[in-house]
Amino acid sequence: MEFATQTTTEGAARITVDGDMTIYNAAEIKQRLIDAVQTVPILELDLSHVGEMDTSGFQLLALAKRESLRQDHVLRIVGHSPAVREVIEFFNMVAFFGDPLVIPAGEPH
Amino acid sequence: MEEIYGVFAQEAREQLTELEDGLLRMEQGDHDAETINGIFRAAHTIKGGSGVVELHHVEKFTHILENILDKMRTNELSVSSELITALLKGCDHLGALLARVEGGDHDPDPELEKAGEAIAEQLRPFLGGDAASAKKSASGLTEASSGAVERDDRDTATTDCWHISIRFGQDVLKNGMDPLAFLRYLLSLGEIAHMTTLTDGLPEAEKMDPECCYLGFEINFRSHATKDAIENVFDFCREECELHILPPNSKVDDYLHLIETLPEENMRLGEILVKSGALTQEELDAGLRQQFGAKVGAGDTAPPQLGDILVQQHMVQPELVEAAAAKQKTVSEKKAAESRLIRVQADKLDDLIDLVGELVIAGASANLLAQKSGESTLVEATSVLSRLVESIRDSALQLRMVQIGETFNRFQRVVRDVSKELGKDIELVISGGETELDKSVVEKIGDPLMHLVRNAMDHGIESAANRAAAGKPVKGRVELNAFHDSGSIVIEVVDDGGGLNKDKIHAKAVEKGIIQPGQPLSDQEIVNLIFEAGFSTMDKVTNLSGRGVGMDVVRKNIQALRGMVDVKTELGKGSRFTIRLPLTLAIIDGFLTSVGKSSYVIPLDMVVECIELSNTTEDRNYLNLRGEVLPFVRLREMFEIPGVEPARTNVVVVQYAGQKAGIVVDHLHGEFQTVIKPLGTLFRNVRGIGGSTILGSGEVALILDVQALVSRCARLEDQRAQNAHGSKLLEASNQ
Repeated sequence: MEFATQTTTEGAARITVDGDMTIYNAAEIKQRLIDAVQTVPILELDLSHVGEMDTSGFQLLALAKRESLRQDHVLRIVGHSPAVREVIEFFNMVAFFGDPLVIPAGEPH
Repeated sequence: MEEIYGVFAQEAREQLTELEDGLLRMEQGDHDAETINGIFRAAHTIKGGSGVVELHHVEKFTHILENILDKMRTNELSVSSELITALLKGCDHLGALLARVEGGDHDPDPELEKAGEAIAEQLRPFLGGDAASAKKSASGLTEASSGAVERDDRDTATTDCWHISIRFGQDVLKNGMDPLAFLRYLLSLGEIAHMTTLTDGLPEAEKMDPECCYLGFEINFRSHATKDAIENVFDFCREECELHILPPNSKVDDYLHLIETLPEENMRLGEILVKSGALTQEELDAGLRQQFGAKVGAGDTAPPQLGDILVQQHMVQPELVEAAAAKQKTVSEKKAAESRLIRVQADKLDDLIDLVGELVIAGASANLLAQKSGESTLVEATSVLSRLVESIRDSALQLRMVQIGETFNRFQRVVRDVSKELGKDIELVISGGETELDKSVVEKIGDPLMHLVRNAMDHGIESAANRAAAGKPVKGRVELNAFHDSGSIVIEVVDDGGGLNKDKIHAKAVEKGIIQPGQPLSDQEIVNLIFEAGFSTMDKVTNLSGRGVGMDVVRKNIQALRGMVDVKTELGKGSRFTIRLPLTLAIIDGFLTSVGKSSYVIPLDMVVECIELSNTTEDRNYLNLRGEVLPFVRLREMFEIPGVEPARTNVVVVQYAGQKAGIVVDHLHGEFQTVIKPLGTLFRNVRGIGGSTILGSGEVALILDVQALVSRCARLEDQRAQNAHGSKLLEASNQ
């Protein structure tokens, strides 16, 4: 589980999550996500390297999104791995997050 | 994660047993609707469970079984012997799949897969051509899904979908269950027309526990499944969830009622229902107006409950409401009873028993010291302590006790299969299945029992023609009985077959060189020859029994459990094999005695009484016990203990398997809690000693093997009787 943070050209912070977003590391993810959402006005989340996502991972995304809305911050998911996309679509929550589902080029099927 | 597979496998095994039992009952002519429903439920639960733990190969295979069972349930398929045989094969395959899961291997095995295919192929004819048409209708359903459905009644909602409202409990994630998996599994029953994920339950970021689940779902579900089937999807987490399922075309009021009962705000839920297509805006408005109108109309009195409105409007009869409430109550009580069971690892239990054993020994030594000290308060305290230790010992041992019924029931299947194979019509009658005995004993008794039952069917029960000729009912009968008898459990395997032919056994034993031709033997001794190594009377060797490794192995296995096996037989009437086993293998109540400086423990259950040995019996080995001849052994002589015999000696009268004998000892010390320790390999062949134990003083006492002593006494008695008989004959011939 790794979180790489960088600043994009538009002044937003971007966190790239590498690993699984499951119950096993939910506590760590929550800490990182909520901290970031609360401190950075514009946050981009790159989830294109997320291997697996379960309900707890999804729930944390929803929490982060709500938290960011509450503080008038912006949270954008800029990359969806197949697992993330599948979960968000299954839960019918694409509209809730409001991000375009970006399918990275060359994704294996 | 491993754990959840373990739990799944264990539960699936239980369901599988139920499934198999039910199938066997049906074959025997049980046409009760509850039986087939039970079988179906069992299969369905296995399927559901395997879906949740994502063992899709198990799920797939169970699905085939379930399809057939469903047809049986709706009477589209009638029960036939072939069908049951095919289904039982399916059960076996499922068992094999589960065994693999239990072995820690969660991926499908290509070999097993192939075997599964073959079994599925055998089952397919029973499904008939309907499988294809079912597929077609399923695809037709998808096409229709986009269109609206016409309304048929003013009061019912226009949707043809089930409406499922579920709020997962906070602990489901911690318990290793993922709501995602349940919902995905729902897809195997139908199609999710619309799903709304409710994140309203999420607390503030600081208070939110990332390992708790706060999600709820409103699902419009298009399916032909029954409500039970949908409910069963959530079986594993049912107790932790708030689940509401409304059938298609439910009354608008039912939806309103649902809105009322759910935790979220009413208006928001109303919107969700409209959005998800469960209700139209018009229907919702009408319903709310009605409710609002009732509130206004009621004025300052309290607004009526929605349930009351339903009753008043004669939509639901009051009796129905009550009945539903009562039913819910019984269901929840049943759930509660289930949850009172705890699964514990067997080794944890063994550790506990070991510790209790040490506690008993330590307690005995504390007791001894207290008595030596002569301080009355200390003695009192230790006596309370030892009483408690005794209770702990009893309840700890009780934990290991299981009913033998489960082991017995396994034989229904064995008898069925073997009788088919042999072409004999045999029924199995079980009694005393509720008799309890130590788990470790139960596990080890299976194989010997299996052998005895197979022998009874193969060698015991005659062919139908022979039975008819002998004037017996054509249907053979094998009985399995169990009951408690003075500290031991007795298991009987009884058949009403031809019985053992003593002449044949005698001839065979002579031929095999087990006995000498002229050796005089009692009838019982001849019969017991079948337990000798390398003995087989069947002329024809079948693949069931009679491979020569038979009864001697049975006897060895039973003796390893400190038990004995015995056979009574009557030519033409049948045989009765009696297995006698100690109730427990670990701790017993003993009776402490001593000879010279050595201490001996006799299992208390076998002690009948104690009497003083009078001097009149100086040179014989039997005494007159109220008119009965009681043979006895002098331990001093038997174990060659040095020292002078005290002026008074005592006889402990013991009983085993209906035979009484006396054991002569110097002193009686009374009851003693005995933790049985095995003897070292050096002493394994010492006869008359069953084990050892440690006394409170730290000294070792030997536990007498009463069974061996009694049979020794009985043998000596027999010999003497024969000698007496022989000498009388001799006298007679001399005269």
